Amino acid sequence: MKHLLTTKELTREEAELILDVTQQMADAVTGREVPKLPALRGRTVVNLFYEDSTRTRTSFETAAKRLSADVVNFAAKTSSVNKGESLRDTALTLQAMGADAVIIRHPAAGAPQRLTEWLDGAVLNAGDGTHAHPTQALLDAYTMQKRLGGIEGRTVAIVGDILHSRVARSNVWLLSKLGANVRLVGPPTLLPKDIGDWPVEIGYDLDASLKGVDAVMMLRVQRERQHASFFPTANEYARLYGLDERRLALMPDHAIVMHPGPMNRGMEIAASVADSPRATITEQVTNGVWVRMAVLYLLLTNGETR
Amino acid sequence: MTKPVLIKGADLIGKGRSDVLVKDGRVAEIGSLSATDADVVDADGLVLLPGLVDLHTHLREPGREDAETVLTGTRAAAKGGYTAVCAMANSNPVADTAGVVEQVAALGRAAGYADVQPIGAVSIGLEGQRLAEIGAMANSAANVRMFSDDGHCVSDPVLMRRALEYVKTFGGLIAQHAEEPRLTEGAQMNEGPVSAELGLPGWPAVAEEAIIARDVLLAEYTDARVHFCHVSTARSVDIIREAKARGAKVTAEVCPHHLLLTDEAVRSYDPVFKVNPPLRREADVHVLRAALAEGVIDAVATDHAPHALQDKECEWAAARPGMLGLETALSISVLALGGPKDVDWDVLAERTSRTPARIAGLEAHGRDPQPGVEANFTLVDPAATWTVVPEGLASLSRNTPYAGSELPVTVEATFLRGRATVLNGKIQEETTE
Repeated sequence: MKHLLTTKELTREEAELILDVTQQMADAVTGREVPKLPALRGRTVVNLFYEDSTRTRTSFETAAKRLSADVVNFAAKTSSVNKGESLRDTALTLQAMGADAVIIRHPAAGAPQRLTEWLDGAVLNAGDGTHAHPTQALLDAYTMQKRLGGIEGRTVAIVGDILHSRVARSNVWLLSKLGANVRLVGPPTLLPKDIGDWPVEIGYDLDASLKGVDAVMMLRVQRERQHASFFPTANEYARLYGLDERRLALMPDHAIVMHPGPMNRGMEIAASVADSPRATITEQVTNGVWVRMAVLYLLLTNGETR
Repeated sequence: MTKPVLIKGADLIGKGRSDVLVKDGRVAEIGSLSATDADVVDADGLVLLPGLVDLHTHLREPGREDAETVLTGTRAAAKGGYTAVCAMANSNPVADTAGVVEQVAALGRAAGYADVQPIGAVSIGLEGQRLAEIGAMANSAANVRMFSDDGHCVSDPVLMRRALEYVKTFGGLIAQHAEEPRLTEGAQMNEGPVSAELGLPGWPAVAEEAIIARDVLLAEYTDARVHFCHVSTARSVDIIREAKARGAKVTAEVCPHHLLLTDEAVRSYDPVFKVNPPLRREADVHVLRAALAEGVIDAVATDHAPHALQDKECEWAAARPGMLGLETALSISVLALGGPKDVDWDVLAERTSRTPARIAGLEAHGRDPQPGVEANFTLVDPAATWTVVPEGLASLSRNTPYAGSELPVTVEATFLRGRATVLNGKIQEETTE
């Protein structure tokens, strides 16, 4: 693995290796007085964020620092990006500074892939447009593995705005590769067209789709989508596709509730469900740091110094 | 007075070998000839075609002379076997007045590499609000007959109806960029399985088909002429086929890239493959090829769209749509019509020269060689191949999607009114008449 751009390009072996190393990272750091490993000492990791995302940026920064890497935050708001510097020129600048890895979050799908053409270092996709968000999917998979004891044969419903979700896309490829049954649930307006070839079941009825699930993943839905007629009103959306207590009761007792955050309480998820013990939302955040440590470690060392 | 030229042994449009004597810019004689006072061009093994005519060229002048000029664009045209190009109106300023279209035509004459026929804008500033001074452009020295807001669709049905009616006064036509704008807001590529996976907002085929269907009906209702630019989908072909069967005054063009490339190319996220309308699916390519062979699609048009490097060396969404076409169109047309061994040269001449010349009203172009006609020809080598090297192209820009590809058929010579603009595959520097 030179870069991590999508989960689609990962082999099952690579995905399992990342999840194994994630477990090792968690074991190595948890309970330590100083939760830090020397693995990436002297390496420079750049956080190149063209979208505001304090959560993801902080998670990557924490992961890199726990591996003793030097972290540079190159935020679009405070850099020359706002002065109109092209992505290519920014890449050449980072290249000249000797970045070993660049973690990029960008509103344009494919921007990380373009970056690989201009940089020698590793490129790690932290979310590009509505295309991919591989570390989110990996942390979701790790969370499922921990809570459900495995992924193979488990059934996961991904609910909501699939069309605009890089999280959904990355989870479809990763979870199906790891042997899960994936259901996509949402109104037809929020499902991409022509996904008949995807390894998923497609449903429009959330109640029916919750039968027999091991996990349900609720996606954030922007209220503003109602203005573009993706759904009539936020209230109607919540009634048809929101996860409330009644729907929680339709799920098997062991099934977990996931959300990549940030949540719209009362929209796609009721507050009481978000705060219930079956919700894994804060766990996902914790696991995100381990997963990102594992990915940074594997990309920057090829696993050689393990 | 230029010296006469004797073209020896060319296969005339694939119908048999003959010599062609060109004098004073016109064909003087055809047969087995010898002339001692003429420059002899050995055309053994070459096919002579009427000079290609492009209905859809972006020359970028005035406004974006860093991407292309009338001079560099027409040099590229000559290199590609073209003797006439129709310059789209989306320059800056827009070609929506007699002054701008006359300027573009004059730049073409000054360059001398191909006849430049300006296309006028339908609406002022291509804004789709009010008709541009179509009559003034028609009556200008540029003699404009074709009008288009290309780059934008004339989406307002009332404006489209009025435009169709208005150009009837002088036998003109509207060339429609068929794209229902509400269905393509933010669109980045063909909507389908690939866009679903890549997370790029889709440009649905129906956005093109809905406008073509509407405009076919409007053209029939007003008994006016409509031409469809860059037809890209299988259903568009169906609609045009039915319209023609009813006798509607409808013509259509297809771009070389829509005859060869598919949206699978977008997986690279390389914006050199970004174009509007977007690259479609394999099934569309097959239907478009068949429709071109059959004549449902009347013409190949390049939509030659040069862009500066920085407008393509960026992320996909930030890139401008469009690709170079003039220097590769002939090769790809041959490929789409069966390849260099099986192509029917007469059909090729029909789709790349005669019909587009007739649509654009260019009477001196698209003429087969016979005594008295203007000597606007190209000589091509059907047995040769060439490799596309962006830096080696005559265009000022480099955004060809075929970089590194080996293509069939080379242009050995192009003659504009008897003068070689290209000879031995090289652009000739002294071209002024």
